[in-house]
Amino acid sequence: MAQAGVEQTETMTVREAIRQGLREELERDDDVYMMGEDIGDMGGVLAVTGDLIDEFGEERVRDTPISEAGFVGAATGAAATGTRPVVELMFSDFMGVSMEQIMNQMAKMRYMFGGKTEMPVTVRTTEGGGMGAASQHSGTVHTWIAHFPGLKAVAPGTAESAKGLTKAAIRSDDPVFVFENKMIYEQQGEVPTDPDFTVPIGEAAIEREGSDVTVVATQRLVGESLDVAEDLAGSTSVEVIDARSLYPLDTDTIVESVEKTGRLVVADESPLSYGIHAEVATRAMENAFFSLDAPIQRVGTPDTHVPFSPPLEDEVVPDGDDVRDAIDRIA
Amino acid sequence: MSGYDLESVDGRIEALRRMLTIRVFDETAGDRFADGEIPGFVHLYIGEEAVGVGTCAALAEDDYIASTHRGHGHCIAKGLDPEHMMAELYGKADGYCNGKGGSMHIADVDAGMLGANGIVGAGPPMATGAALSIDYQDREQVAVGFLGDGAVAQGQVHEAVNLASTWDLPAIFVIENNQYGEGTPVGKQHNVDNLSDTAAAHDIPGITVDGMDVTAVAEAVGEARERARAGDGPTIVEAETYRFRGHYEGDEQVYRDDEEVERWRQRDPITSFKERLIDRGELTEDEFEEMEAEVEATIADALEYAKEAPYPEPSEAYDDMFGEPVPEIEEFARQAQAQTDGGER
Repeated sequence: MAQAGVEQTETMTVREAIRQGLREELERDDDVYMMGEDIGDMGGVLAVTGDLIDEFGEERVRDTPISEAGFVGAATGAAATGTRPVVELMFSDFMGVSMEQIMNQMAKMRYMFGGKTEMPVTVRTTEGGGMGAASQHSGTVHTWIAHFPGLKAVAPGTAESAKGLTKAAIRSDDPVFVFENKMIYEQQGEVPTDPDFTVPIGEAAIEREGSDVTVVATQRLVGESLDVAEDLAGSTSVEVIDARSLYPLDTDTIVESVEKTGRLVVADESPLSYGIHAEVATRAMENAFFSLDAPIQRVGTPDTHVPFSPPLEDEVVPDGDDVRDAIDRIA
Repeated sequence: MSGYDLESVDGRIEALRRMLTIRVFDETAGDRFADGEIPGFVHLYIGEEAVGVGTCAALAEDDYIASTHRGHGHCIAKGLDPEHMMAELYGKADGYCNGKGGSMHIADVDAGMLGANGIVGAGPPMATGAALSIDYQDREQVAVGFLGDGAVAQGQVHEAVNLASTWDLPAIFVIENNQYGEGTPVGKQHNVDNLSDTAAAHDIPGITVDGMDVTAVAEAVGEARERARAGDGPTIVEAETYRFRGHYEGDEQVYRDDEEVERWRQRDPITSFKERLIDRGELTEDEFEEMEAEVEATIADALEYAKEAPYPEPSEAYDDMFGEPVPEIEEFARQAQAQTDGGER
């Protein structure tokens, strides 16, 4: 990895950062190829894969039939037999269609076979409400994967981590799910251009230092929390951590921050009950109970599906205002 | 090829030996399960030996197979070692999966065995994936997905065949039609005369062969292999066979009568193949008895080995979750190790 402070960066969107990460890994390793619905000539339904098919051809940027169980299963078998597929699941809601292959094959084969195979498969998928796509195209389901033994789950909140985690996922010999929030594809950031730059899976990032409240956020809520922190500067000093990796989870960074601030807000778009929020809160309590000065606050989707009508969607999808309210309750 | 090409006398003798090894292995496993020595579920392959052996005889040693929950026969046909198989059934540390898989999950990927599988219909997508790796890296192999008649009703099976067909992948799908999907007869589960008719939907060959005849299976799979290697895509081979035992050991089999079972037993794939070899002067009764004695000794040794082999340490429950360890698992392993160490003091 390039040393901090000397690395070259470019300003680009999350979408461009992911595509650059994919391009670099396709260039680096011939065993890497991509599969998914409309990722080739159409460039991806949310335009992430773009023109990669022109550079790498249809063998390496493969359009699949609309057949999630089939191609996720094939990717699992392919990963067990010497190649490194990168699958795009158009919307994370469609994971349900391929769940058998994910939970009973991909997640369990290595363990169940006593380590007799590696499973270097990457699954990229889009999550999140906010574009009026209604319940079957707006879900945030990363808790399922983070909860399920044998799978790794990452959920970047910045362009830099989107590129770095995509590359780390592809290089990993384990199944890694990259959850991309569809509402931040246009968000810009500084992204290292060194082709060896990766973000290690299992490391959170402190995006802003502060001393009064820790906000552990994911995906879109990282940026929104940073805006809130900026607004509150002078009155409340907010530390914003991008969790980035949901499993494994960087307990140390979160605990050290809570020990410093004594207050914790967990902001993640998944449904609140049994979510990532509960896991982060539990680890904070197990490891920093006596540092806590206030009850831990959760920001998330209130156990509903994401509705279609704009005022209904606004009601349930969490945003910066919800983060600010949570901070106000305890700071 | 696999070391027992049915074109040669030696190959035919070896095929008979493997069928017999499967028979004795599974009879032994059934008995020891009934004794309560083997935990979990056990699904025996008795009666279906010609399908696994006929298929693997037509394959090269480094070809892949993806198996079913009734996988012991496939393992032996592919050349896996009965000692480590039996040790796995007993949950022992040096079983094929270090005791983590058991009967339904025996695997040896390096030997081309992509695992028995507890999920009905999950093998074909795995075979399609292996065929994708082969195709992508221009390797000289094929991948076989075994499935039962029941699995033909599974959506993921058709998705896997469609993908393999659309991409012309070197895959072969071998349907073991043993007449029952668990306890329900095949006619109540499908509305086609032959399960191989489903191939028409993918514009690939589908053929139905006598699954009690090891050479018929080998011939069909051999042709399918040639087609796959020529880049012409997958084939569906349906082998009509019969499971002499229940769906699982302990199954009371209320869904069929003894007369039917007896009728199929008259077509025992081992007896009929043995008689054919004797008729052709390739084997004598004495030589067969000698083979039987050898096979029985091999399985008796495997059983002894499995019984005496050590169990895994409790802390091994935390091994092999990931290639790159994660702190969460390491912490559980550390706690388990501390408990073991503490207990020994």
